[in-house]
Amino acid sequence: MKFIDEYREKKYIDELKLILNEFNFEREINIMEVCGTHTHSIHKFGIHKILPKNVNHISGPGCPVCVTPTSYIDTAIKLSNIEGNVIVSFGDMIRVPGSKSSLEKEKSKGRDIRIVYSPLDTLNFAKREKEKNFIFLAVGFETTAPSIAATIEEADKENLKNFFILCGNKTLPNALRALIESDSKIDGFILPGHVSTVVGSDEYEFLVEDYNIPCAIAGFEPFDIILGYISILKQINNKETFIANTYLRSVRREGNPLAKFYLRKYFYEVDSEWRGLGIIKNSGLVLKKEYKKFDALEFFKLEFEDVEERTGCMCGDVLKGKVKPTECPLYSNVCIPENPVGPCMISSEGTCAAYYKYG
Amino acid sequence: MCLGIPMKIVEINDEKGICEFSGNRIEVSLKFLPDARIGDYVIIHAGFAIQKLDEKDAEETLKILKESNVI
Repeated sequence: MKFIDEYREKKYIDELKLILNEFNFEREINIMEVCGTHTHSIHKFGIHKILPKNVNHISGPGCPVCVTPTSYIDTAIKLSNIEGNVIVSFGDMIRVPGSKSSLEKEKSKGRDIRIVYSPLDTLNFAKREKEKNFIFLAVGFETTAPSIAATIEEADKENLKNFFILCGNKTLPNALRALIESDSKIDGFILPGHVSTVVGSDEYEFLVEDYNIPCAIAGFEPFDIILGYISILKQINNKETFIANTYLRSVRREGNPLAKFYLRKYFYEVDSEWRGLGIIKNSGLVLKKEYKKFDALEFFKLEFEDVEERTGCMCGDVLKGKVKPTECPLYSNVCIPENPVGPCMISSEGTCAAYYKYG
Repeated sequence: MCLGIPMKIVEINDEKGICEFSGNRIEVSLKFLPDARIGDYVIIHAGFAIQKLDEKDAEETLKILKESNVI
């Protein structure tokens, strides 16, 4: 298949492996990736196992479902319990436990909870079933936020009064800042291919200017990811720092200007809570004043309430790259994909799920 | 949420397109890619095409890697 096969071809991968194996580091080098699809690909293809000695692969907070805090799930559950409400969500979200229940459990009690692939599907429900209120769970990074913005535009055009979103979208740059400024020992970042496709490679210049950290934007095939590693290791060896773009076929310097326009037209950035990382300055998206009529919190007069995270589960430290899933006492013991405790095992993009499935 | 699979556009009706991968067809919004044409390969995320893929093959990238310092 075009754009896939050539990036998995053995002769190219063998050549890249040779280049990769030429690196020799005396000290430990930690390279973090911050994208659920990278986590999944790296484990699926076993790329973490072919890295040179002393080079460690760390998965960071790149899975949108995993970084969504318990308070968000609790609020979604509250909304699902209001008569006439329908919760509409991307699939993985419904299994994430809140402090007392999950949307999946609420569904089994008879609450109306529906799964969609595109936020636009919610509008079809809302147009057909005027007597119900539809609340879309707006989670995801800069890749998803423009789609939700475009859905709101459509709802506004159609003058729909029964469509709302529960704002939970997050933006990556300030989370990267927070990670660097916490005590994580990160020597390089593999930057996410599709967030970068939207925001553009220029968006990351601060990583070089403010923190002097070598970075590479990478795609999701083995060729792309190994190339990303090589680029970062080369920068470390040569004592230079820049944002390498090894996913040129999709990522442009300016990203997708139209998608960015939509994101900025409908949303603005506020401080936001990330599971495991706490509150991060200007890292969450909420609707602008003129679109507040679509905000579920406003309409139903609710707010996110502080809750204590579940004890025992180490998802928070896994997301910061401080521990590997195998270091969590619950991993593969109590917490397995069929009976997950934390979001990193629930989401197919989660680090624990990738470890469990591929090792 | 993120498929990360390049899909080929096989039909376009206004802002909507039909994309195909391995015999599967899905409807996607082309709102963010007004210049998309039938035959283009695009990246789909949550029902929206977010970028058109540029023709640049792996061999070319490897050549660049070997010959220069850009990567």
